[in-house]
Amino acid sequence: MASLRKSFPIVARDFVHAGEASIHVQNILKSMHLEPALIRRIAICCYEGEMNAVIHGGNGQIHMDIEADRLALEIIDDGPGIEDIDRAMQPGYSTASEEAREMGFGAGMGLTNMKNHSDEIHIDSAPGQGTCVHMHFSFDGKKAVS
Amino acid sequence: MRELEARVLLGEDGLNAEITRCGASDLMSDVLARPTDGILLLTGLTSVQTVRTSKIAGVVAIVFVRGKTPLPEVIEVAKTQQMPLFSTSYGMFACCGRLHALGLTGLDGRR
Repeated sequence: MASLRKSFPIVARDFVHAGEASIHVQNILKSMHLEPALIRRIAICCYEGEMNAVIHGGNGQIHMDIEADRLALEIIDDGPGIEDIDRAMQPGYSTASEEAREMGFGAGMGLTNMKNHSDEIHIDSAPGQGTCVHMHFSFDGKKAVS
Repeated sequence: MRELEARVLLGEDGLNAEITRCGASDLMSDVLARPTDGILLLTGLTSVQTVRTSKIAGVVAIVFVRGKTPLPEVIEVAKTQQMPLFSTSYGMFACCGRLHALGLTGLDGRR
């Protein structure tokens, strides 16, 4: 079974270029002719994760693994980590900086959006240890990579 | 756009598709949380992230309200993303009222 791995760097607090990697991901998925609704879900999760890492994290990476029947997205940053993951998952809860709020973020919907748009989400994080968000998207039997 | 007396900032010809739904928000994660595929977005937020969020969310065109216009570098990003941009002197409330009167619906299709 062939799989395709793509990785993109994330630069902390680089609000000028933040989101470019996710648009790149969106374009790759469009060129693979995945279902538009699925592309939108993956792009939203990738973008929210990328913005979280830019806003809160240190530097990081996005890893996308496209397999025959599913896509795995991993967003890793070496930032301060999440103190209380359950609380961070609550819609409306945000610790975003003033700078991030000026860019239209800090609505406290980032992780909620990622949870709602992915088929599976798992967050590994602890204070001082950075954050890794894993997400899976099923293709429902439709083959994406041959 | 005539109803909003909006000025074209970018992509006059980009608006061939008929738009029936409209959303209004200054919070980008709220935009991403809702069914925004194919909508017109009204916003007072002129940052580059408005353009990127719109691209990710499938927004068809952006109208900046309250007479705001983004910086040239933001318009440059919109150009590469082929995202039409407009600016109107009307506030958010008046824009919503005018578009609602034209028959546009909210994101879920309700009026």
